[in-house]
Amino acid sequence: MMNDDERARRPGALTTARDLLADCRALGDAQTSAPIAESALIRVGLADAYLTIETPLGLVYVAWNARGLSVVTRAESAAAFEAKAYRLLGRRVYHNATPPQRLVDALSAWLAGDEHAPLTFDLRGQTPFMRAALLKAREIPYGEVRPYSWIAREIGRPGAVRAVGTAMARNPAPLFIPCHRVVRADGHLGAYGLGGPASKRAILSAEGLDVDQLEALAESGVRYVVSESGDSYCYPTCQHAYSIPPQRRITFASEAEAQRAGYRPCNVCRPPEAQLAS
Amino acid sequence: MSALRPKRDTRAALHPVCLAPRQEEKMSSDEALAAALANDLDSAFEALALAREHRLYAFALRMTGRPRDAEELAEETLVQAWRALVGYPPERRRTLRLRPWLFQIVANLARNRARSARRNETLSLDAEAPRGDDDQSAAHVAERIADDDPLGNPEAALAREQRLADLAALLLTLPAAQREVVILRHVEGMGYAAIAEVMGEPIGTVKSHASRGVARLRLALERERVAAAQEAYS
Repeated sequence: MMNDDERARRPGALTTARDLLADCRALGDAQTSAPIAESALIRVGLADAYLTIETPLGLVYVAWNARGLSVVTRAESAAAFEAKAYRLLGRRVYHNATPPQRLVDALSAWLAGDEHAPLTFDLRGQTPFMRAALLKAREIPYGEVRPYSWIAREIGRPGAVRAVGTAMARNPAPLFIPCHRVVRADGHLGAYGLGGPASKRAILSAEGLDVDQLEALAESGVRYVVSESGDSYCYPTCQHAYSIPPQRRITFASEAEAQRAGYRPCNVCRPPEAQLAS
Repeated sequence: MSALRPKRDTRAALHPVCLAPRQEEKMSSDEALAAALANDLDSAFEALALAREHRLYAFALRMTGRPRDAEELAEETLVQAWRALVGYPPERRRTLRLRPWLFQIVANLARNRARSARRNETLSLDAEAPRGDDDQSAAHVAERIADDDPLGNPEAALAREQRLADLAALLLTLPAAQREVVILRHVEGMGYAAIAEVMGEPIGTVKSHASRGVARLRLALERERVAAAQEAYS
């Protein structure tokens, strides 16, 4: 009995070798629409994925990698975003139509005011100062604002107010690092990267802040407020101060003035003196 | 990760079969890519991944017969390649023979996978049996045929599609070593020396696997043809 190998090597009656080999060659052209290279590049950190999400400022593009969010911005089109992200990151971003539910949930929860939404950020390439300033902004509660000088004091660089402004302007993940909650000391909203002052007003309003009232107070020189029955002075948007009705509100133009009147800085919103005291 | 679906015009990447050298090889040869990897690992690796993902997928598909497995293997190969490259000094990256090196990673991963699949094997677990092709790649085959011969008749195209699917299924019936060599030699068009490198076997052994494998394929195809003919006349 011959085995298959022996039988196969007998000449004659066999498929022509040329046809067989041409067919073999054709088998090497199989393709898939699965994004193999993209997935691998994302896994090794050479590319980021991105999604789009509806926000109070409209459609926003969000890129992320294993470390966290890397770029958040608005864009004219997917192509415009991809180009911009490439410029900022030096690596490509690929659209992910079915992003992890955890991430989508965390983004939505954060936008709805959940301060504990589990979000992380890829802040490689930022200086330690930038990182500290950006992460400090994350501590400003939903619907409240703090001056640039507050951030500077809180991160131990009280003289670096302008640098804080620069850090906020270069925020890679606006909305989720809420630089919109950082305003000028005189109460004016100040600049905003994600669409200018009008956008800053829109997003703060969406968080429930009465921007007109805030500006009116600032316009009249008010920097800190105290309740008639209270013993500490607060930023006007501090949760302890925000609900004080105007007729029961005592206002001050400076910390010195408030302290002369016998008040101490609030422990919650921590006006600058609070840090010096502690 | 296979859920990620970037917009990409896969059709633009299709090209007529049997054109040598293949498109991606012409645009980014092993030597050019290896030199680039030595100079700027990050961006060169991106170019490598994008240039070779389909070849790695096709190789993995012919080895396993399962499109999902093949996608995972190809992706995992790129990830492992990256991890290795990061640890290599630039000089080693420059002298790497990328094609055999990458196929070797695919082959090792496929062997390990087959081994652990055998370990877990039960009769009822054969849910996703090896297939010669899936709808997706069958569609691609059809598309390619259209590219080859825009005036060609659909019957011939279908016949060719069927023939390729049969051949892919037949390949999977070869003993593992023969299958690997036949795929590397006749699907990928690699030389015996490079195949020996991938397999870690002497050239003589590799050549013998190749000729036995091809002979078996021809015999099996001939048998099918005879059986079909008998059926037609009976």
